[in-house]
This record gives sequence, structure tokens and C-alpha cells, in this order.
Amino acid sequence: MKKKTYYATQLKRATHLLFFKRHRKPGVKGWELKKRLGADYPKILALLNSYLEKLDLQVKTVFEEGKPSKNPTKAQLDRARFYITLHGSLTPKETKMMGWRIDDIAGLAMTISTIIAKKGKASREEVERLLRDKLPGWRVNVNIDRYIRAGYIDQDEKGQLYLDWRTRAEIDEKTLIDLLMAK
Amino acid sequence: MSMGRQKKRLGKEHLKRIIDSCRSVEEKGINPFLVDVNNILAIIHEYFPEWKNPEELCLDAEAVHQIASAIKLQSEWVKHRSTSLYTDPFLIEEKLRKLSKEEISTIFFKSWHPIVELEQISPHSLAEAIKYWQNLIPLDERWQKTEGLQIETGTTTREELVKQQIIAKKEFSKELETFWQELKQKAMGKDKIEYWDFIGAETYEETVKHAYLASFLVTYGYATLEVDRLEEIVYIRPYKTPIPTVGKKQAISLPIPISFEDWKNWKGGVKD
Repeated sequence: MKKKTYYATQLKRATHLLFFKRHRKPGVKGWELKKRLGADYPKILALLNSYLEKLDLQVKTVFEEGKPSKNPTKAQLDRARFYITLHGSLTPKETKMMGWRIDDIAGLAMTISTIIAKKGKASREEVERLLRDKLPGWRVNVNIDRYIRAGYIDQDEKGQLYLDWRTRAEIDEKTLIDLLMAK
Repeated sequence: MSMGRQKKRLGKEHLKRIIDSCRSVEEKGINPFLVDVNNILAIIHEYFPEWKNPEELCLDAEAVHQIASAIKLQSEWVKHRSTSLYTDPFLIEEKLRKLSKEEISTIFFKSWHPIVELEQISPHSLAEAIKYWQNLIPLDERWQKTEGLQIETGTTTREELVKQQIIAKKEFSKELETFWQELKQKAMGKDKIEYWDFIGAETYEETVKHAYLASFLVTYGYATLEVDRLEEIVYIRPYKTPIPTVGKKQAISLPIPISFEDWKNWKGGVKD
């Protein structure tokens, strides 16, 4: 097979793997991509990324042990999870079409920033108290449960809230905190 | 002699206080540097020669374990403060309170890159679904198979229902109320009593029934359970008036096994 044809086929395969939800959670693990695309899957993903950028999309890599300071090793890549996410940002109008009200978004932003500020762990009571400032009381619990179901946050048996997989995949934590502090 | 005993008692109290304060630092997420490690280690060191029996040594080990956890928290605290993500939580809270919902959302939109995901049915799952549908027996036939036995209808008496344990002799709420009064009476002057001393009865069946009722006392806010993790003793404390607990805070389940062996041990202990 010619080199060009080979990469075109692999690109299509990678697109199918990454776009269509195949498990309970979206995204594909590195080792799964390696199995289907071959050992040079990082190269194929880089190629796909350059195509997607034109469409305001990107291939997002979420490392299991947090973002490595240097270039990631092959083992780290195999353990990582890959997603297709929006490259730019959404407008409020677009979010409404996704089924999120402005209240829900503000609540989610408050919850996530509080957890980040508290070293990745905050008590549910504390978050509820803060949300009650902006949301009607009856919505507070409903919203927190919704964020948990969506995978943005998680709760342990002691009622402590943590950031979950979707936050790590979708939210640029540093930008969020920086923008908040700049206000 | 008595001086030694007093020192031991004081030492135990110190260790328990150390354990409690380290735990509260961990649970409440407060500044771990409030734990004075050097001072605590000096206390643990001072009392260590006094400990002879396993129970005392366990208490000492638990204190050392807790102080190690506090040191770990201190290291994480320093690490977090040195990252670019560190911001004073109070400052963030203040900002969030000050900003409107719209402003918070606008900030969030700039840092939010939602996942793109599509769900679709594949030709393979479609073929599977068709196969399933074709093999599915019509509803009429399925219902025929699950038809129950037809029994002639008749009448029954209240006594018969009580005998078959379908309804209780006394109304449940009244029974619970009586049981609560009994608990308050038993705990009078002590504030709380040992769980087993409250539920334990002459027969095993009666003990299980008491445990069942006690679980409702706690769930409905008539009483609360307290666990002494060191001594492994569960206490039950009655409230003067019922405190509704539903929806107020996260409920915690506390499984307490009531095995026949446990009951026999308790009964033997009571007789002794």
C-alpha cells in the first residue's frame, strides 16, 4: 500500500474510533488506538488534529497521572484517553441548544472553581452554600446531582466533591481560574 | 503506683486528642500546618515507655499513623501552593459571589471545550435487534404462560393476619414510640448506652426484633449511633425530641451484624 493511501485509511479509521461513542464513556484509550491503528498512532492523531483544527475541533489527550512536564512516554500515551473536543469556545446561544441553561453553566463553573481552589476536594455542603447565592434553593441539589451524572464531578461517601473525568477532558482549569481572578 | 496510673490515663487522653485533631484536619480540609508535628512527636515519645498492653500500643500506633497522614497533607499543601493553579480559596469565593451568573458563564465558556461524541446504531446491532424481534413471542402467548393459579376468594380475620405476620399486633409507629421511651428510660442519667445492652433480649428472635426497631429509631431521627472505633463499641443516644434527618445531610449506613454467636456472647457477658 502506498504511504499516502495508508495514512488516508488510518485517518478514516481514527475518525470513526474517536467520534463514535463505543463505551459508556466517550473517548478511546491509547492502547486501544495502538491495537487498531498500529504503533505509530500518535503520528496519525497529529495528522487528524491538523485536519480537525480547520473545523474548530481538536484531539484532546488526558493523561492518567496528570499532564507530564516533559514529552510523554509511549507508556504514558498508551494509558492516556483521547477525545475529540471543541478547539475554540461556545457562545451562550449554542449552549442553550445543548440543553444547558445559563443557571446550570454558572453553577457548574462555581462548583468546578471552588473544587480547584480547595486543592481538588470540597465538601458538598460548602458548594451547596455557595450555589444558593446564585441559584434557587431547590435547584442546587438537582444541579449538583446533574454535574455528577454528567461526569464533571464525583462524590465520595463522606460527601466530598472531586473533579471527574469530563472536567479533565473538557475544561482548561488554568484558564478558568486565571480569567476568574482577572475579573 | 497511682502516679504511674495517672500518667497512663493522661497519656491515653493525649493520644486520643492527637488522633482526633489529625482526623479533623484531614476531614475538614483545614490548614494541615495547624498540626504542631514536633510537639506531638515529643508527646508520643514521652508516653511511649508507659505502654505495655496491645491495646495501648495500638493507640500509640494509630497516633503515629495519623501524624504521618498530617505530614503527607502538609507536603501536598506545599506542592499545591507552588503550582500555577494555586489561588486563595477565599479570594475565589469572593469573586464568585461578586460576579453575576452571566459573567461567570462567559468566563466558563472561554475555558470549556466540550467533547464531541456521536451515538449511532451499527449494522451489526441492527441485525441483532431484528433477530431478537423475530424470535419474540407475541404478548398474548407470553401472558398465557405466566398466568397464575386461580384460587377461590374468601375472607380472613385480623387475628389470622397477625398470626401470619402480615400485619403487626400494634401499629408500627406506636411500637416505635414505646421503644423510644424505653431507650430514654434506659439511658437516663448516662445520656447514651451501649447498643447491645439496649437491643439485647432474653431470646435471639427478640434481639433481632429490637435491632430492627432500633434501626428505625435512628433513621427517623429519634436517636443516633456513636462508634468508639478504638474500643469497637457502638453506643445509642436517644434524642429528647425527634430530629428529622431526611434530606438534611448525607445519610451514612452503619451495618451492625446481629449474629447468633454475637447474641450468645453478649448474653454470656451479661450473666457473668
